[in-house]
Amino acid sequence: MSAPRAATATPFTLVTGVIGADTHIVGNRILSMALEEAGYRVVSLGALTPAGDFIRAAVETAADAILVSSLYGQGELDCRGFRELCIEAGLDDILLYVGGNLVVGKQPWDDVERRFLDMGFDRAFAPGTRVPEALAMLGADLAARTPKAARQ
Amino acid sequence: MSLALLIDFGSTYTKLRALDLASGDIAASAQGPSTVTSDVNVGLDAAMAALARVLGGTPRFAHRLACSSAAGGLRMVTVGLVKELTAEAARQAALGAGAKLVASHAYRLTAADVARIVERAPDIVLLCGGTDGGNRDVVVHNAHALAASTLACPVVVACNREAADDVVAALAAAGKAAIATANVLPGLDTLDIEPARAAIRDVFMRRIVAAKGIERAAARFDAVLMPTPAAVLEGARLLADGTPRRKGHGPLVVIDPGGATTDVHSIGRGEPSTPGVIRYGLPEPYAKRTVEGDLGMRHNAEAIAAAAGIDAIAADAGVPVAVATDAIAALHADVEALPRDPAQFALDAALARAAIRIAMTRHAGTCETVYTAQGPVSVQRGKDLSDVGLVIGTGGALVHARNPAAILAVAAADAADPLSLRPRAPRFAIDRHYLLYAAGLLAEAAPDAAFDLATRHLDLLTEGATA
Repeated sequence: MSAPRAATATPFTLVTGVIGADTHIVGNRILSMALEEAGYRVVSLGALTPAGDFIRAAVETAADAILVSSLYGQGELDCRGFRELCIEAGLDDILLYVGGNLVVGKQPWDDVERRFLDMGFDRAFAPGTRVPEALAMLGADLAARTPKAARQ
Repeated sequence: MSLALLIDFGSTYTKLRALDLASGDIAASAQGPSTVTSDVNVGLDAAMAALARVLGGTPRFAHRLACSSAAGGLRMVTVGLVKELTAEAARQAALGAGAKLVASHAYRLTAADVARIVERAPDIVLLCGGTDGGNRDVVVHNAHALAASTLACPVVVACNREAADDVVAALAAAGKAAIATANVLPGLDTLDIEPARAAIRDVFMRRIVAAKGIERAAARFDAVLMPTPAAVLEGARLLADGTPRRKGHGPLVVIDPGGATTDVHSIGRGEPSTPGVIRYGLPEPYAKRTVEGDLGMRHNAEAIAAAAGIDAIAADAGVPVAVATDAIAALHADVEALPRDPAQFALDAALARAAIRIAMTRHAGTCETVYTAQGPVSVQRGKDLSDVGLVIGTGGALVHARNPAAILAVAAADAADPLSLRPRAPRFAIDRHYLLYAAGLLAEAAPDAAFDLATRHLDLLTEGATA
């Protein structure tokens, strides 16, 4: 992937982290490294991150997107009300992604995806999604949004 | 004999220490009343006369350095964006600069917020907000809000570097003095408060000293370097770090249970002392100062009793609750009161113990076990002070106590409060001759002499040597 914006423009800022009482940090770290390599400014919050911390970090850093990881099956509980928290903090239109092992047991992915989209996430990623695939979608979704300069 | 004169313009006393630079000994100590609100020279004259009596004349001093907490101290307002992030970083920077925080704000300033800031008449406003490359509109909004107000004091700007030019321009256009310095929180994982502290100190030296009426005595000293709490913090830092020729004492804590507040200073990185612990929250300052505005031995004695419980205070002092209640009320009425009989000494000791225990608990970090699907995980918030080897008490409540060791001991870790990361097995010492401020003032000009002075006069309360 090439840089998401022309070299002269400010890079997009992304907040990443693993939500809830979840210590699975390895995949999230690999993702964050790939995002940095692709030219994004990454604010990496690491494991065991409460929902409120994603939002506080996004406010302070004027982030363009929040990428939530959840690997331990409790993601559905942890992510409830996430979009509402963003709206409350003035981040009404921030891009929200979620990915990982989002639910317990074998459930049809379409079902799971629908639940997270209904919660206000812009995209949900199934286990096993390749990084380049996610990067392509992220690039397209950010490009379709109002540039940062116009928002501030 | 080459001497240094160290002056502390306090709110009650003007204190002097004359130090022999060659030996690191105190040549003389003296004090006079504080007369900053009328003519600072009156109190200084009285103190200098007392000093001259001890020294047999007024010698020529190699250094004449001063600090000041007079006329209300350095009154500051801090403004940041997110309460737990840049607003907290701004507070840390101001406290570390020795300020008395009169208000702290987060997010967009409202008209009411601005009116309150103007009303508080701070000496300096510290304006922060946004990590570098992060949010810029809130700090710019806040700059315009302050610019449109009647605020008269200088504004130190330590915000998102991309917004700093606009912020300074907005303030300058309205005739406000705006001083730009590095962002206190350039990234969420980087606290950088030293540049802001230096900028605050510079404004203090150039402007605040004059505004406080101390410049009337300008011919009598070389410089008023910093507010007194900053001098104490610098003294603590010198003791901990040492100099290129003196080995420091390592991580340490200084506690000052004062009349109105209890200050705690810790020097040390505060990293987890056990492996596998996950750190949570903002990075911690290496030299950290906290001020507990509700814990004061005189002005806030009733607040200490409220926080600790009057029953506990009475039991600790060994007096009936009714006696303790009356005695504490009397302290509030007469804040200059010194203990005379055994019951009053016991009550003062109980108040000091409660103030120190609570202030240390708030200053030190915590380590909590979080149960995850993968098993228990330890999460640390704040500084881990477990390995701090030295706890120093300063201030009248400890210096005049009958058993200061028994009072200071409550600063250490307590089995009843296992989450608190207070020092596990520190040695205790008393700054009996009130020299930490003097060492802090002298730290730049004569670091070795300052270090020797502070080290030699630490009164160690437990077994072991200080150096």
